[in-house]
Amino acid sequence: MSQTFDEISAQLRRRHRRSARLKWVSMGALGLAGLFLLWFFSDMLSKGLPAFQQAQIQVEVDYNENAARMGRAALDRDLSRLVSRTFERMIPVQMRENPELLGSKETRWVLADSEVDQYLKGHRHKLNDAQRVLVDELKAEGRVELRFNTTFFTTGDSKMPEASGILSAAVGTIMTLLVTLAIAFPIGVMTAVYLEEFAPDNRFTQLIEININNLAAIPSILFGLLGLAIFINVFGVPRSSPLVGGMTLALMTLPVIIIATRTALRSVPDAIRHAAFGVGCSRWQVVRDHVLPLAMPGIMTGSIIGLAQAMGETAPLIIVGMVAFIPDVSASLTEAATVLPAQVFTWAGEPEKAFVEKTAGGILVLLAILIFLNATAVILRKKFERRW
Amino acid sequence: MQTDQLLSLFGGVLLLLGLIAFFLGRAKAARVRAGGTTMHAQPDQYAWFAVLATAGPAIAVSAVGAFLLLLLEVEIPELGLLAGSLAVAAIGLGLGMRQVRPDFHARKAIERVIRGALLTAALISILTTFGILISIVFEALRFFQMHSFWEFITGTVWNPGASFLAAAGRAEEGASAAQFGSLPLFAGTFMITAIAMLVAIPVGLLAAIYMAEFAPRGVRTLAKPTLEVLAGIPTVVYGFFAAITVAPIIVSIANAFGLDAAFNNAVAPGIVMGIMIIPFISSLSDDVINSVPDSMRQGALALGMTKGETIRDVVLPAALPGIISASLLAVSRALGETMIVVMAAGMRPNLTANPFEDMTTVTVRIVAALTGDLEFESAETLSAFALGLVLFAVTLSLNLVSVLMIRRFREKYRVNNL
Repeated sequence: MSQTFDEISAQLRRRHRRSARLKWVSMGALGLAGLFLLWFFSDMLSKGLPAFQQAQIQVEVDYNENAARMGRAALDRDLSRLVSRTFERMIPVQMRENPELLGSKETRWVLADSEVDQYLKGHRHKLNDAQRVLVDELKAEGRVELRFNTTFFTTGDSKMPEASGILSAAVGTIMTLLVTLAIAFPIGVMTAVYLEEFAPDNRFTQLIEININNLAAIPSILFGLLGLAIFINVFGVPRSSPLVGGMTLALMTLPVIIIATRTALRSVPDAIRHAAFGVGCSRWQVVRDHVLPLAMPGIMTGSIIGLAQAMGETAPLIIVGMVAFIPDVSASLTEAATVLPAQVFTWAGEPEKAFVEKTAGGILVLLAILIFLNATAVILRKKFERRW
Repeated sequence: MQTDQLLSLFGGVLLLLGLIAFFLGRAKAARVRAGGTTMHAQPDQYAWFAVLATAGPAIAVSAVGAFLLLLLEVEIPELGLLAGSLAVAAIGLGLGMRQVRPDFHARKAIERVIRGALLTAALISILTTFGILISIVFEALRFFQMHSFWEFITGTVWNPGASFLAAAGRAEEGASAAQFGSLPLFAGTFMITAIAMLVAIPVGLLAAIYMAEFAPRGVRTLAKPTLEVLAGIPTVVYGFFAAITVAPIIVSIANAFGLDAAFNNAVAPGIVMGIMIIPFISSLSDDVINSVPDSMRQGALALGMTKGETIRDVVLPAALPGIISASLLAVSRALGETMIVVMAAGMRPNLTANPFEDMTTVTVRIVAALTGDLEFESAETLSAFALGLVLFAVTLSLNLVSVLMIRRFREKYRVNNL
């Protein structure tokens, strides 16, 4: 059975069409992944950006005798519902500290209640009609406005959305990561130096290598179980503290740093080592004076990436108890603290609608820091990368 | 005295002794050399050896002492320990100074110590694995003493119920007994993992095919790091995204088709987890497809195959072990993923095949059992470790299989960069 020329060329056309289809479909898949990314970022931005603005309200504060007992009495009755309760609670404290305030009056801008804030931003709110009219009037007079939200960056967690911020979580993150870095960086670099430059090629070395690759793939929550069962229960490290969180994260970051350091060490050409040996350096001198300095940019890049990973990690920290409610900044490695992702997790679980915005705002801060860290790593690599 | 005061006292005195050792050692070696004797090492190396001889044994003694004190609760007076280790430091200083002799190889001695320190660091990674294993196994064994292993593996009802109160000695008469059947948890885990894979494998693999075979160089160098951003986003952020943005969309779509969907359905966390995993599959598959030798492509094209046929019938089959390996890694990642499911999936153990219902996963139950007040006598707390043990075993075997597959691929095509 012979096919006619037309049939064959039709078949050929069909085959080429199918080939082109694969190209378009696969391109579509990549585009879809890109769209996911776009969708995600635009969603986070639209939810989180309003958190950087906060409603402020101008009120007349009357430091009378009643206000010394109950802050609310210092404010006009209608307005007092629109002012954040944290401000009202501050008034008696202030009056105790500065007794000369008694009897004086003062007009000042204060934090508005989160419901006013949500109303001004056009979100769902719980203001009643009268309050809404009042807010509209105040807005027309210029006595209510949205301003840059400094509270968000200068306070810790709070049960009131308008008064909650990320400061204590940020400090907790820094302390935790310092512990992580202090443990994981030296041990990781030492391990990599041993494996690349000193270790004999035997079964034991192979066991260590397999083990490190395996550690990198163990689910993070299991590191949390280790932290709980060994660091907390056996060694008695205080629960919820940056110390135990940092130690747990260090074990997770270790494989990342080891693998990056080994790659960096391997990319240093053997000619350098031979030359150093040739002039009579010992093995350790070769490593310390020649190989490590040349590998340093790669090691730094890997460590920054590892640190960025540790920074976004939440699950093991929840297991070791770092999801506590922390209103004040703690200054000790053994006190209870929280970290940014855990703060995001806590806020995401709050029932109040205004916390959604705070959560997304915290996420934006977290993402900004991560992007900054990763960009630093990329720039470091670009700047110091050497082609041998 | 407080522990931190003791520590700072110890550190301060040790630092002082170390400095004394350094300068005394260097001075002595320099004097000997100035006297005209040739020495085996430089003065600085003798000085460092003296420092090591001072600090090393002292730190070892204090570490062992602290270990005995804290873990085995042996009665050692803390001040005695402090004095003892400082005395050891002083003796070490004396002995180290005596070693500053022309015929002593100070450099070799230092390097032996350094080598030992490096090896110790390498052992810590092994200790970590064992630490995870031991911590999980011990607590899991305690759990299996309370509840049978068989019931745990095959039971269909997960109801920790009153086990917390029972451990506290306040179990109420007639309260339903706690049941720990893990099947619903695993069913939920596998359901969500399967949904994630349905998203991640086609998208990731096709994206990898496009990047490796069709895309211009510029697109590829831009697309790969951009996709990897997806893997760098913290999981807690994905969890929020799944719960706040994706879940309501899923519910309204399901409603449009006349289906009932819970807000904490399995589809939303599944899809979001799939998005997160795309780069795991695409990056590794892209590397694997790239390392399939070009001679195979050329051979196929020379036989008159179209590009699409070459990819489908030659390149992909050759790259299959690598692709499977990438997918297995992705599955192991999805099984152990915690934050997305904690925030977006349900809390109710639910044995169902309907992905629009709420269901819970292994990791969710681990988190639920270990947050809040902990009672290590309670079966619920310990059950977290039993679940962790199973999770550890499953992910470990997936990783090992994946490593073996990629090794086979590497040996077949002699690729070194994977």
